Amino acid sequence: MRRLLWPSVLLALVAAYPLLFSTPFQQRLGALVLLYAIAASAWNIVGGYAGQVSVGHVVFFGCGAYAAMGAYAHFALSPLVGIPVGIVVSVAIAALVGVPTLRLSGHYFSMATIAVAELVRLIVANTDYLGAGVGLSGPTVPRNVFDLSFISALPYFYLFLMVLAITLGITWWMTNSRMGFYLRAIKDSERAARSLGAPASRTKLYAFMLSAGLTSVAGALYAILFGFVDPESGLGILISVKILIMAALGGAGLLFGPLVGAAILVPLEEISNNLLGGKGAGLTFVLYGAIIVLIARFQPGGILTLINRVWARRNAGKPDIEAVKGAAHAP
Amino acid sequence: MSTILVQVIVGGLLLGAIYALFSSGLTLVWGMMNIVNFAHGDFVMLGMYVAFVVYTMLGAGPLLGAPLATLALATLGVIVYFGLIRSIMKGPMLAQILGTFGLALLLRYSVFWWFGANFLSLPENIVGGTFDIGGLRIQASRLLAGVVALAVTLGLHLLLTRTSLGSKMLAVAEDSTAAQLMGIRPDTMQAIAWAIAAGATGLAGALIATFFYIVPTVGETLGIVAFVTVSLGGFGSVPGALVAGLLIGVIESLSAYLIGAVYKDMVVYSLFLGFLWFRPQGLMGKS
Repeated sequence: MRRLLWPSVLLALVAAYPLLFSTPFQQRLGALVLLYAIAASAWNIVGGYAGQVSVGHVVFFGCGAYAAMGAYAHFALSPLVGIPVGIVVSVAIAALVGVPTLRLSGHYFSMATIAVAELVRLIVANTDYLGAGVGLSGPTVPRNVFDLSFISALPYFYLFLMVLAITLGITWWMTNSRMGFYLRAIKDSERAARSLGAPASRTKLYAFMLSAGLTSVAGALYAILFGFVDPESGLGILISVKILIMAALGGAGLLFGPLVGAAILVPLEEISNNLLGGKGAGLTFVLYGAIIVLIARFQPGGILTLINRVWARRNAGKPDIEAVKGAAHAP
Repeated sequence: MSTILVQVIVGGLLLGAIYALFSSGLTLVWGMMNIVNFAHGDFVMLGMYVAFVVYTMLGAGPLLGAPLATLALATLGVIVYFGLIRSIMKGPMLAQILGTFGLALLLRYSVFWWFGANFLSLPENIVGGTFDIGGLRIQASRLLAGVVALAVTLGLHLLLTRTSLGSKMLAVAEDSTAAQLMGIRPDTMQAIAWAIAAGATGLAGALIATFFYIVPTVGETLGIVAFVTVSLGGFGSVPGALVAGLLIGVIESLSAYLIGAVYKDMVVYSLFLGFLWFRPQGLMGKS
């Protein structure tokens, strides 16, 4: 039961956050942290656990966002109805991109994801049915509770917390399933894993499809929170960047890494946007770029790996290489 | 064939020569070190801005802008190699891709912050006039850019295949340990490869800036063009990049002319995804 102790404490702390910090700004910030944590945790499944770096994850995010808003704008249904549609389309796109590229070296996968994201953005921005450059809007005046249009951020906060818990639960379940063992073997040495009979391409593909489906849920929630989606906010490359950097900063391949990354970067972005105003947008991404370069150069495991290492060293009284290596895989 | 169609194709070839030039830098680095530079398109963007700054501050055209951009980017290439690439190329895939991807953001948004998001351009007459060759009207700037790019790409191929420096670089690409035993320093050769690759983007940027819009995010589009070119041409192959670059230039021009300018990028990206499905080893690669 000890292994459940820290996650439960963390969950209790997160759940208590909006009660401790109760201004609308703080509650909205909390909801945003959780929202990005969902997206980054979903990315983590393919980027962290399977080691396949998707730089176009926004395409799934956008599918979810457009499906949710489309359900309302075209069929006057609750945005919730769009969520399954977004998942199906995302998983289909993931299969289309993943099948040819996951057999090749990881570079092809990354290049293909960036190309497919740009392709979809261009197509959507030129499709009138999807609102072209203007985008689609959600319900401004809620008809009933299923429109999920609230003034307070509090309902969103707990909704997002629930979805995040489900996402992390699925991730945890995956790492402890046969698939998780395959993924770990593939990440250590794909050739060795293949020679021992692990279906490498298929396992990576499943991870990618799972990740895509969950990311589209995050996209749908994002559109529901903001009440609209346009090509820039739903399919812009910068969303991919945010998702990726949050997971990598916190710790790619660690269960709580993306949440930690989101909890650091979302407030940071809000602060820098508030302090720097219009110029802030550019500088924020300069900072993001610098952070990514520094992580890649000095600490590819992210902050949690660093903390784990320090922790292991303190507990053992000496540098413990095995504990550090093992930490990257521990849930 | 109507004159206009010929003109579109010639325009595509001239643009494609520039694609070939900067893509050969990407393919060189990829073939030699098995690393994909996600900041490659942004290097081209920097070359464009160097040419722009040279024009606005010194009032000089591409005659001065192109060598300066080449030099500036080659220097940046060496700095990037020693500061970042050397340590991440031995690391996990995540670090390799994050490293250059982060670099792309850093460059793109530093320029964005400094110059703003406005579209800039060099004056149209910076390379004077328009030629009329047998009924074909060709801008002098495009002609100059295309011809120079073609010549430099061919020169790059000769450098890699006909000189002792080229042989040394290929030796490192083949087997870096064995090359070291033969008295070749892999580190030096790889730094030179980065200088050449980045220098090529600088030159390509300065050339393309004479007739292309200049904006911080142009590197994203050009970066994907480079990916398409390299995967079409087969990785590590400069002649492959040349043929693929010319082909993509023509496809882009034709689709802009036949179906509309908004669709040209879509056609190229779809082509890329299609190629990954059916011929990931490229046009000239062995399966």
